[in-house]
Amino acid sequence: MYETTYHRASSIDDAVAQFAKGTESRFLSGGQTLLPVMKQRLASPSDVIDVAKIKDMIGIEVSGDTVTIKAATTHYDVAQSDAVQKAIPALANLASMIGDPAVRHRGTIGGSLANNDPAADYPAAVLALGATVKTNKRSIAAEDFFKGLFTTALEDGEMITAVSFPVPAKAGYAKMRHPASRFALTGVFVAKTKSGDVRVAATGASQSGVMRVAPIEQALKANWAASALDSVTIAASGLLADIHGSADYRANLVKVMGQRAVTAAG
Amino acid sequence: MSTVKLTVNGRAVSVDVEDRTLLVHLLRENLNLTGTHVGCDTSQCGACVVHVDGRAVKSCTMLAGQAAGSNVTTIEGLAKGDELHPMQAAFRDNHGLQCGYCTPGMIMSAVDIVHRHGGKLDEETVRHELEGNICRCTGYHNIVKAVLDAAGRMKVAQAAE
Repeated sequence: MYETTYHRASSIDDAVAQFAKGTESRFLSGGQTLLPVMKQRLASPSDVIDVAKIKDMIGIEVSGDTVTIKAATTHYDVAQSDAVQKAIPALANLASMIGDPAVRHRGTIGGSLANNDPAADYPAAVLALGATVKTNKRSIAAEDFFKGLFTTALEDGEMITAVSFPVPAKAGYAKMRHPASRFALTGVFVAKTKSGDVRVAATGASQSGVMRVAPIEQALKANWAASALDSVTIAASGLLADIHGSADYRANLVKVMGQRAVTAAG
Repeated sequence: MSTVKLTVNGRAVSVDVEDRTLLVHLLRENLNLTGTHVGCDTSQCGACVVHVDGRAVKSCTMLAGQAAGSNVTTIEGLAKGDELHPMQAAFRDNHGLQCGYCTPGMIMSAVDIVHRHGGKLDEETVRHELEGNICRCTGYHNIVKAVLDAAGRMKVAQAAE
C-alpha cells in the first residue's frame, strides 16, 4: 500500500475540515472496499479521514413512515435492527446478504453508496425505495444520486451522513450471489409504495450501474405477482458481460431475481 | 508515523507504526502475535480474523489506526493458561484442521458465530456463517462438526458460570 496519512474525525465538521487539508483525501468508513483498492494501488489517497467513530454518523431512527440509517452504520447493525426488520424487512435481509459476517461487521451503508460499485446491493434498495441520500451539504434524491459506474452526485469533500427510506407497503430483494465475492451477479429490489406505485431496481446488471427496470415495474403495477413477469423480456443491450455471465444471462437473471423478489415480498 | 494505543488480549499496548500499517501487521510484527495469519490479503480467506470490540473482523482489511482505542482479541487470547478455549478443544477433538493455516481465523470466526447465535446453531447456519473463511484441506466437514460441538460446550460452560 502507498503511504497515506490517517486521521480520525471527531465530528462531521471535523471530517470535512480534515478532508479539505489533504491534497487527495478520501473518507474512510468501514474500509471494506477502500482498503483493498488501496492495496491494489488503484487508489492512493494522501489522507484518509476515518468517519466510522463519529457518533452522529451511527444509528437507526424510525419516525412515522421514514427509516433513517446514519451513514457509518454497519451492515450487521442494519441486518440485526429490530426497527429495520419491522419497517422494511427487505432492507434488513439485503444487509444480511452483503459479503460475509466479518465484512458486515465493518462495512457501512454510506461507504457502499459513496463507492457505488455496479454490483453492490444497497444502491438497488436506495433506488427502488426512492430513498434520499443526506450529505453534509444537502439532500439528494436517489434518482439524482447514482451517475454510473463508481460515480455519484457527491462533490469533492461532500460526505454522506445518512440515508432516509420511505417505508413501503411491500418490498423484496433477491440476488444471485457471486460465489467468491458475494457481490450480486445480479440483484433485484422490488417495492410497492404506500401510494400504490411500483419501483424496481437492478444491480449487477447494467453497464451504467444500478438501474430502474421499466418492463418489470409495468407488469407488477398491473398485477403484483411473480407470474406477472413470466411474459416479460429484458433487453440484453447495455447489460454487463464478463467471464461470470453474458449480457443475455444477466437479462434473464433480472427477470428471475425480480420474480424471486416479488415472492419474498409477499 | 503515529502512536496507536489499544488493548490486545487484555493488555494495554502502545505501538508506533506507519499510518498505512494494517492491524494484522501491527499484531504480527510489532507485538509478535503470529497466530493471526495473512492468507489472501484481499479480505476473502479469513485467516486474519480477530475480534475487535467483540466482533469478528478481517485484520488485513483494517488500518492499525482504525483499531486505536479498541479491545482486540487474537487467537493467543482465547485459552486460559494451559486450558484451551472450548472452540480450540473442539477443533482438536474433531480433527477440524489439517495444515492449520486457516485455523486461527476459523476459530475466531467460529467463536463469534456461537456468540451471535447462542444455542440456536445448526449445520446449515454454521456452513453459511463460515463462508468468509476458506480452508483448502479439510473440506469443512470436521470444521463444522467442531463448531457445533463447541457450541454445546460453550453453552454448558456459560451455564456453569
